[in-house]
Amino acid sequence: MTAKAIQFTVDGIAVAATAGQSLIEACDDAGIYIPRLCHHPDLTPSGNCRVCTCTVNGRQSAACVTPAAHGMVVENDTPRLTDDRRTIIEMLFVEGIHPCPYCVASGDCELQALGYRLGMTAPTEAYLWPRRKLDATHPDITLDHDRCILCSRCIRASRMEDGKTVFGFEGRGIAMRLNVDAQGGLGETQMAAIDKAASVCPVACIVIKRDSYRVPNGERRFDKAPIGSDIEARRRPSGSGGHRS
Amino acid sequence: MEEDRTMAEVEDILAQFGSDRTRLMDIVMAVQHRLGHVSDASVGLLAKGLGIEPVEIEDMVSFYSFFDRVPRGRFRIRLAKTAISHIKGAQAVAEAFEHELGIAMGETTADGEFTLEWTSDIGMADQEPSALVNGVVLTALTPSDVAHIVAALRQSGHEGGLPQYPPHRTQGAALPKASVQPGLVKAGPLLSALPAPGAVIGAALAMTPDAVIAQITASKLRGRGGAGFPTGMKWRLTRKSKGKQHYVVCNADEGEPGTFKDRVLLSEFPDLVFDGMTVAAFALGSSQGLLYLRGEYAYLWDHLQGVLDARRKSGLLGKAVGGRRGFDFDIRIQLGAGAYMCGEESSLLESLEGKRGAPRDRPPFPTEHGYLGQPTAIDNVETFVCAARIMERGAAWFAGMGTALSTGTKLMSVAGDCTYPGVYEVPFGITVNALLDLVGGSDAEFVQISGPSGQSVSPRDFGRQIAFEDLSTGGSTMVFGRQRDVLGIILQFADFFVDESCGWCAPCRIGTTQLSLAMAKVVAGRATRADLTAMEALSHTVMRMSRCGLGQMAPNPILSSMKSFPEAFEARLRPEAFVPRVTLEQALQDAVVVQGRQPVMEASA
Amino acid sequence: MTGTKPTLATAALTGCFGCHMSLLDIDERILELVDLVDFDKSPFDDKKSFDGPVDVGFIEGGCSNEANVRELREFRQHCRILISVGACAINGGVPAMRNTIGLRECLEAVYLHGPSLEGGGMIPNDEDLPLLLDRVYPSHEIVKIDYFLPGCPPSADAIWATLTALLTGQPPALPYALLKYE
Ligand SMILES: Cc1cc2nc3c(=O)[nH]c(=O)nc-3n(C[C@H](O)[C@H](O)[C@H](O)COP(=O)(O)O)c2cc1C
Ligand code: SF4
Ligand code: SF4
Ligand code: SF4
Ligand code: SF4
Ligand code: FES
Repeated sequence: MTAKAIQFTVDGIAVAATAGQSLIEACDDAGIYIPRLCHHPDLTPSGNCRVCTCTVNGRQSAACVTPAAHGMVVENDTPRLTDDRRTIIEMLFVEGIHPCPYCVASGDCELQALGYRLGMTAPTEAYLWPRRKLDATHPDITLDHDRCILCSRCIRASRMEDGKTVFGFEGRGIAMRLNVDAQGGLGETQMAAIDKAASVCPVACIVIKRDSYRVPNGERRFDKAPIGSDIEARRRPSGSGGHRS
Repeated sequence: MEEDRTMAEVEDILAQFGSDRTRLMDIVMAVQHRLGHVSDASVGLLAKGLGIEPVEIEDMVSFYSFFDRVPRGRFRIRLAKTAISHIKGAQAVAEAFEHELGIAMGETTADGEFTLEWTSDIGMADQEPSALVNGVVLTALTPSDVAHIVAALRQSGHEGGLPQYPPHRTQGAALPKASVQPGLVKAGPLLSALPAPGAVIGAALAMTPDAVIAQITASKLRGRGGAGFPTGMKWRLTRKSKGKQHYVVCNADEGEPGTFKDRVLLSEFPDLVFDGMTVAAFALGSSQGLLYLRGEYAYLWDHLQGVLDARRKSGLLGKAVGGRRGFDFDIRIQLGAGAYMCGEESSLLESLEGKRGAPRDRPPFPTEHGYLGQPTAIDNVETFVCAARIMERGAAWFAGMGTALSTGTKLMSVAGDCTYPGVYEVPFGITVNALLDLVGGSDAEFVQISGPSGQSVSPRDFGRQIAFEDLSTGGSTMVFGRQRDVLGIILQFADFFVDESCGWCAPCRIGTTQLSLAMAKVVAGRATRADLTAMEALSHTVMRMSRCGLGQMAPNPILSSMKSFPEAFEARLRPEAFVPRVTLEQALQDAVVVQGRQPVMEASA
Repeated sequence: MTGTKPTLATAALTGCFGCHMSLLDIDERILELVDLVDFDKSPFDDKKSFDGPVDVGFIEGGCSNEANVRELREFRQHCRILISVGACAINGGVPAMRNTIGLRECLEAVYLHGPSLEGGGMIPNDEDLPLLLDRVYPSHEIVKIDYFLPGCPPSADAIWATLTALLTGQPPALPYALLKYE
């Protein structure tokens, strides 16, 4: 067994990491789930959502952009972090427009799944009712900006995986929006339904047309088990996965 | 025709900047000012010329409030919307402009001549109400000035071209109120008995770079931009980092509302600023310095370029600085374009590289991975001035002033309800009371220390000290008398963060808006105790979860005023368990208009 | 009617009555529920006014007009605990699709320029029609709400679990399988 160079603890559990791994990657390997929304394992992290924020050596740090370091003491599953994370999820719900009952992503949506996992019954912040566009110009893809949570996954995927730069941000602050690389909408860009960028959206903003109800409601990813269950399944009760120290 | 002109101008601009993508700030600024806005056609041409996608240009252009994607008025009148301008009568000036031009704030006249709008603090808190007209600064405005200003603008520049930007010094001369008063009221050791030209550089060159850093460290100088990081350590870390080039960056973004001491330093002591940057360059082994000047200070462009030229002529910049062979150093000025966020050091670097001013994740820190990925020391204007004087007068001189943890003196920008607003050089450790005595503000009931991102202080705490270990500050000091509405001012601060949040991360992007709504409910006298509890909890979440200093500090005014002025909140609280944000009357207003009758039920609450 | 049993009142505001139907879906447990509680004002018993204070008020639907607001306020006055049930009560639901359009535009689109209209239409304006609010409000933006039960509708099991908890003085807590926004 090759010992990993970096050792640290998460909520008292010993975790090992290899050099260059982020905190979230090391924890994923160890079977410890840190809630996250903008992070995607195939993409460079960008720290947009802050849901993965942990307390690292007493300071708040977003796990997806924090390099794993030897000896660090991490708190992840605490009531306060859960409350703070739930508040972010609630804020995302009121920032956009999220009618889950008639949304194609319901059951398969990471925002919704985090609401479930973190125990949100209803957001109580003020609904902002933004006026955003629906872009149906692409033959195979709809872009429903009401659902966009500005996580930048599609921006990163398009640039790094697809080599296309189809997406970008526009504006700043609460007026920030996702933008596409053509005045006439997504249909005029290089975007193709098979692009990585088309498959990484955590919500129902980027939706492939004519593909939506292939898996019926009730049988979707998060209908049965909470988000993160797959990661937690990697953690063996005792032995190499990690143990309480 | 129009297309040809756009093409010709854009090509010319690209050529001027060598189609260098990292110079996108300058490129877009030139397009904005030569063509009036950054049209779709310009975006397309720029993208092609720079070999990037249009969406990347739009990403950047749409971030800065001084860049437009659609045509606006030939004259942009931007009135400063700040807590201070408000108490000095900015609203009446705004109304006078609205009346004179026949448009509302945010609108453009039908003839395309004028656009009228609010902007964040422009660094003139000591002479509010102030405004920017294109690049020219107008100060101490009154409603009766407005007709003359508009008349003068209507007469000027009818040759077709836009007024020059950055503005030439002579350009403002034709406009009433186009003068910025000096602003320095009290100079202390830092700003008196000034060194002879070349003396600072001479003193540094007499030492080794390591010895220069040792001097700075021994002086215990801490950064004046607000965070108070030890400057000696920053320089040592930067020097130690390996890179193709080391950069010295001067942070002259001075965006914190209420501060204007960097403006005073740049206008009246520019040589000390450049001396300090040159000392840093020698210490770090850097040959390139950059001064990031906020777009609001474009009126200083000519002046600063003149000073740089003079220094080049006298051998204090350029090849073999101070006669030292091998020590080549020059300074370029980069103008910003209206974004408070760009004062944050990593956003500033992004902006310098021609991108939107979103902060970077750290680590890595700029000392290792800064401008263009190279080791970079970023310091505040005042920090460089301190460093210059330390070279010349020694670490002991500096460390002998102030307190043990905050050595030296501090420049305080004081404005508001006080007799003598301006910049004061005071020793660290001075109490708020003593400062208020100096400025003629002894009647103050509320002092905001370090701008909206700082602390709201009530008379109970006026015995506290200005120092990193007590009331830490970048210098902004806003004084408010008893006649002022504390809660209204706090709401103004909350709105500032809504306008300036960069939007990158969810807790700040949405949280600042939610906090402003919550504070507006308090100000409207509709908040309950439960609302206060919720606002406090949300404030803490935004602080804990936000990505950078902006979001982490945005709830400060709310939290600190709740502590300092509990009675102001109490007085406006509703006793009920619940009061809706929107009254039924408000919710029915549209229907009453559309359907032309009154509600069936009696409206209340 | 009011004995020692806890009391339950229900309101159907701007919703589709689906949440009420879901309450009926608890099947034979409805008998248990009737044993457990007395119904006060509710569309189920067609009771139009309150007899007195009620323990739990069940709110379906958001507020889209002044009559909804009146009824919701009345529920708040009479109910010790108010629970906001279903997507419509929580965020406006389907009716809130109009929230980003504006009232005038919305009414004109439907009644003046609707594709099925022949000739000039008119916006109904009978004195007895309650005026519409500028948008559809979730119930917690109108009155204080004590608990939320999401879903469209929440499942019978979720309703059962929540009501029995509240009626026996427990805070409701739903297991993963019962917490749904759809
Ligand atoms: C939102 C925000 C705005 C800032 N604005 C400024 C500024 O306008 N000027 C400045 O010198 N520092 C500003 N800072 C602090 C800088 O990030 C940085 O700490 C400073 O330039 C370092 O220089 P110093 O060590 O000399 O203070 C700001 C920080 C934040 C978080
Ligand atoms: S995107 Fe997700 S959270 Fe938003 S409406 Fe759809 S399912 Fe619900
Ligand atoms: S479209 Fe989807 S992937 Fe792209 S930023 Fe919005 S939510 Fe994220
Ligand atoms: S905290 Fe605010 S300013 Fe900072 S990154 Fe987040 S959104 Fe941008
Ligand atoms: S939440 Fe769903 S089931 Fe309940 S009233 Fe609304 S639309 Fe009907
Ligand atoms: S997952 Fe780390 S910030 Fe979003």
